[in-house]
Amino acid sequence: MRIAIEDLDVALSGRTVVSGVGLVAEDGEIAGLVGPNGSGKSTVLRTVYRHLRPHAGRVLLGGADIRSLTAVQSARQVAALPQERGSDFELSVREIVAMGRTPYKRAFAGEDRTDTERVTAALAQVGMAGAGRRRFSALSGGERQRVLLARALAQDPKVLVLDEPTNHLDVRHQVELLTLLRAQRRTTLLALHDLNAAASVCDRLHVLHDGSVVASGTPREVLTPELLAEVFGVRAAVVEHPLTGDPLIAFDHRAPAGV
Amino acid sequence: MTATAAVGQESEGPVREREHGAAAARWACAVLAPALLLALTASVCLGSSQVPLGEVWSAVARGVSGGDPVPGTQDLIVWQLRVPRALLAAVVGAGLGLVGTAVQALVRNPLADPYLLGISSGASLGAVAAIVLGAGAGGLLGLGLSSAAFAGALASFALVWAMARRGGGFSPLRLVLAGVGIGQFLSGFTHYLVLQAGDDQQTHGVLFWLMGSLGGAQWSGLALPAAAVLLGLAALLARARALNALLMGDETAASLGVEVTRLRRELFVVTSVLTGVLVSVSGAIGFVGLMVPHACRMVVGGDHRRLLPVAALFGAVLLVVVDLVARTALPDQELPVGVVTALIGAPTLLYLLDQRLEKA
Repeated sequence: MRIAIEDLDVALSGRTVVSGVGLVAEDGEIAGLVGPNGSGKSTVLRTVYRHLRPHAGRVLLGGADIRSLTAVQSARQVAALPQERGSDFELSVREIVAMGRTPYKRAFAGEDRTDTERVTAALAQVGMAGAGRRRFSALSGGERQRVLLARALAQDPKVLVLDEPTNHLDVRHQVELLTLLRAQRRTTLLALHDLNAAASVCDRLHVLHDGSVVASGTPREVLTPELLAEVFGVRAAVVEHPLTGDPLIAFDHRAPAGV
Repeated sequence: MTATAAVGQESEGPVREREHGAAAARWACAVLAPALLLALTASVCLGSSQVPLGEVWSAVARGVSGGDPVPGTQDLIVWQLRVPRALLAAVVGAGLGLVGTAVQALVRNPLADPYLLGISSGASLGAVAAIVLGAGAGGLLGLGLSSAAFAGALASFALVWAMARRGGGFSPLRLVLAGVGIGQFLSGFTHYLVLQAGDDQQTHGVLFWLMGSLGGAQWSGLALPAAAVLLGLAALLARARALNALLMGDETAASLGVEVTRLRRELFVVTSVLTGVLVSVSGAIGFVGLMVPHACRMVVGGDHRRLLPVAALFGAVLLVVVDLVARTALPDQELPVGVVTALIGAPTLLYLLDQRLEKA
């Protein structure tokens, strides 16, 4: 399902943090949101999974404004992996993943066959099939992220929204998670800090700067030395990745741009 | 223990996995339900005078059928004093277990208890005002002790609500700050009133009430708290999945279709009203609301669909037993229930936590 954001404005405590943002992820695409800290990536994503209400603009799911849907209706179409880490209340892995079924359940309803199958399948997809009984808080960081992804998959969404899912993961677990994500072939909005990761997993990139989109296009079109200097304030060369052929950004870690 | 663990390992498949927490919950209920019956029976039999089991049953049978007590027996003690008291202990314990579980999820803090949000401070102030200012003030407003306590609970609820709703509304931090702040403020008045108490008798009454007591139990005072606990259980169970989602964080909950601010508002109302009712019949009995959810989570896990009923049941058993101990531990003297909950509850909790740390 295509997701599009049009003319989005968001103000937090009276301060505008996102203005006039428009971006899109076509059906089955992974669209990356990149930008420096505080550029508004998380804020944009939060309006998509309805943690924040935009002051102006629309989030279109297929053709429908998500504000015309109830919270439960949109949760059946959009699943999210926010940055928060939850707390330790003795929940098992399977209980966490089963939360993905929340938007499908009425009060007092038990788990039915569909729920069980979806939860089991989601755990298998992320390679955690045997871990259902383990305590969530006893997992490693990489395992946790995979379980949280499984929770989002159990939600059976048309669109996945992920806010920095690879934060705090070592490089191998980053690769594992992003590979899993690509294998989904689901419409995905993905905020990433790691520009090289974004360049290789995203079909399309939207660059945010001070709450606005300053560039959109394929990674090759968008990630130029000029943009990296302008938006991120770093000196870098963009070369071809020797293994994959994707754009590879070689940063100059010794000096910022313009020095 | 090792045998069951091994069996669990062998048969671990998708279906068994789902059953695991549910099986623990069934097992817990199968133990706790008879335990409650046993505790209630013991609580009615034992006390300053022992009543043989046979006499208890015949007294209860006569009471239930509405017959008059037989002179020369202990019917009166059993039916008018001990049975309502044991039942009140069960109701209050169940309620505290429920509210504790819900408040911990509401503010996403495992150290929260039913009294964190300031409701009990208002209730205490109301009750202490009624005791110290005496029939004069109470009579003026036409309030008994319980009514005065409940009025105080409602007043502090209104204050905390007004503070907590500002700035986006009912975030855990705001709720806790408003609850603790207003609770301390009201406790200031309560302490002042205690110092103004006319005589030792009054001071004793106030202290006893503040530490929690089930001594005022009467048949006429049972229906309201029992109804409140049942309604509270239903209201919380209806939101059990949303409570689970809330544990993961507000953003995750929102992404799962939970309207977080509305949910918090509803939870705050349900837990406050229930706390107000419980505190107004029994005083602020400490520790049960903190310990019961923890102990139950260790056995049945964190899923509120199982946790809430088990916490209610365990809370009921615990408080019946604690009240029995409070009445019988010392000859010729009754301890406040809150003293016993702290003396039994704290080491139990520490023991459980320690066991848990060793396992991890």
